[in-house]
Amino acid sequence: MTSAQPLPPLLETVALSKSFGGLAAVRHVSLTLARGELHAVIGPNGAGKSTLVNLLAGAIAPTSGRILLDDRDVTRLPEHARTHLGLARSFQRTNILPSLTVLENVRLAAQAVSLPARGLLKAPPRDGSLIEQAEAALVRAGLPYGHGRISGTLAHGQQRQLEIAMALAARPKVLLLDEPLAGMGPEEGERVAALLKSLAVEHAVLLIEHDMDFVFTVADRLTVLVEGSVLATGRPEEVRLDAEVQAAYLGGHA
Amino acid sequence: MIGQARLLPKTWVGWGLVWLGFAVLAVAPGFMTPFYVGLTTTAMIAAMLALSLQLLVGGTGLVSLGHGAFYGLAAYVVYFLSPDGAARPIWITLPLAMAAAGAAALVIGAVSLRTKGFFFLMVTLAFGQLVYSVFHDTKLGGGTDGAYLAKPLISAFGFTFEPTGLPRSKRSWPAYYVALAQLAAMFAILAFLLRSMFGRALEGIRVNESRMRALGFNTYAYKLAAFTIAGALAGAAGHMWAMQSGFVNPELIGWHRSAEALLHILLGGIGTLAGPIVGAFAFIFLSDFAQQITERKLLVEGGVILAAVLLMRNGITGLTWPWRPADRRAHDATERGEPADPREAHVDD
Repeated sequence: MTSAQPLPPLLETVALSKSFGGLAAVRHVSLTLARGELHAVIGPNGAGKSTLVNLLAGAIAPTSGRILLDDRDVTRLPEHARTHLGLARSFQRTNILPSLTVLENVRLAAQAVSLPARGLLKAPPRDGSLIEQAEAALVRAGLPYGHGRISGTLAHGQQRQLEIAMALAARPKVLLLDEPLAGMGPEEGERVAALLKSLAVEHAVLLIEHDMDFVFTVADRLTVLVEGSVLATGRPEEVRLDAEVQAAYLGGHA
Repeated sequence: MIGQARLLPKTWVGWGLVWLGFAVLAVAPGFMTPFYVGLTTTAMIAAMLALSLQLLVGGTGLVSLGHGAFYGLAAYVVYFLSPDGAARPIWITLPLAMAAAGAAALVIGAVSLRTKGFFFLMVTLAFGQLVYSVFHDTKLGGGTDGAYLAKPLISAFGFTFEPTGLPRSKRSWPAYYVALAQLAAMFAILAFLLRSMFGRALEGIRVNESRMRALGFNTYAYKLAAFTIAGALAGAAGHMWAMQSGFVNPELIGWHRSAEALLHILLGGIGTLAGPIVGAFAFIFLSDFAQQITERKLLVEGGVILAAVLLMRNGITGLTWPWRPADRRAHDATERGEPADPREAHVDD
């Protein structure tokens, strides 16, 4: 396990909060994410993990607090603009374009960030940089063939991999992965673990995950979220020994 | 492997049928009475309106009930351009009518596209009725009764074509061929747009807009661009109406017009670009036929359309051969986003 590098953070939140009516889903969350780091956020159901990802991605606006991406304040920036600044995400529930082919799903992801506006009226290329970018992402996510299939007909585990490929095709600096293992078999899980480790070398990866054993094997750093607040943050072995965490959360699992 | 644009023909047979259809229209006036030349022109105008709306409905997944506003507005532009009854050349009236319709669509779309689904339907309906009441409840453009206008002249490069110079039996031909040329041009423009990466992004928005936003597409801007283009193209249809009929009235703007265009799309096929054209022709000629055989025209129309929509899920152009191989039918199902094999829906759950 590599210790956290003293690199400047790529993604940082400052006292980030979100309330839905009277319910405070995320409370004063401050965390940092550096290049080459795999930072996992864990917590029980309803801890605010998915709300946190939606705030970071820009799908919802925070009630208060700030989000910095590469030292730039993106708190008020719309979702699509953040993708152009190097932020990509996957979804907890499979979220693809089911009636399009596998390749077209990923090609659109590449088109979104890599095609200049003046190229929009051209027919989609059969080869060239957009296709290469898309195919490379598919291979990396573990889908080396079957790119012509209608994506809605893929098995569930393959759709999860497609989801990751769509995030990779944007060539992001920061990856937000919301429970990428959900619904995957153990064999696929191992492959994803290897993939995540290799991704964390050049990207900053924020991982939301339920599976504790999995988190402790892959994460460089852990943040435990309970009822919207950060209970503990640090290296996995430190967090594991934290008395508060044990009492509040891990007790039931260990 | 990226797959073909959804609304365009998938095979050379499909493209062949499109070319054949236009070729038949090109020679048809020679075999028709002037009445049917006029009726076919009316059908082509209705087809243009439905075709422009298909960019939104089939191309982007936006169902608007305000599309008639851009059609009617463009017809009124022709009226305003000839206040003293002096006809203007088409190369002035057509671009101005389209520009006015496009500008109105830009403004109305900018507000309407803040909403989605049912609310979008209602907001576009409200905007359409707003434009309608401007012409219906004020003296502008002749008020409730409408007004006659000077039909635009078919003229270019200083040469003007005079339909009155033709024999009586062929006086309806010029409007027919102008309408046909515009219909073909509109089909070509939309086919080009749908095939492009802009059209692919619209298709992505139709399928899953929130995912497209997360992928980095400014979906609002894409939808507004589509809405504006569709509005300008509806303007070409409205201009053509003014050119054929020579009068305008508020009924051109009302929601009936928009609903009719939606019906044409549904009847002809929501999943093809040729669908709205086929649907408009089927509807107009059915209507004419119903009028000849009965006094209960609307009842016959309604019954036939109800039956057609219930029996042909994908409209007339969505019909496939009953003996189409099972694997192709499965392919059609997945195109609609359904699992080809129901068992696959449960894999790994």
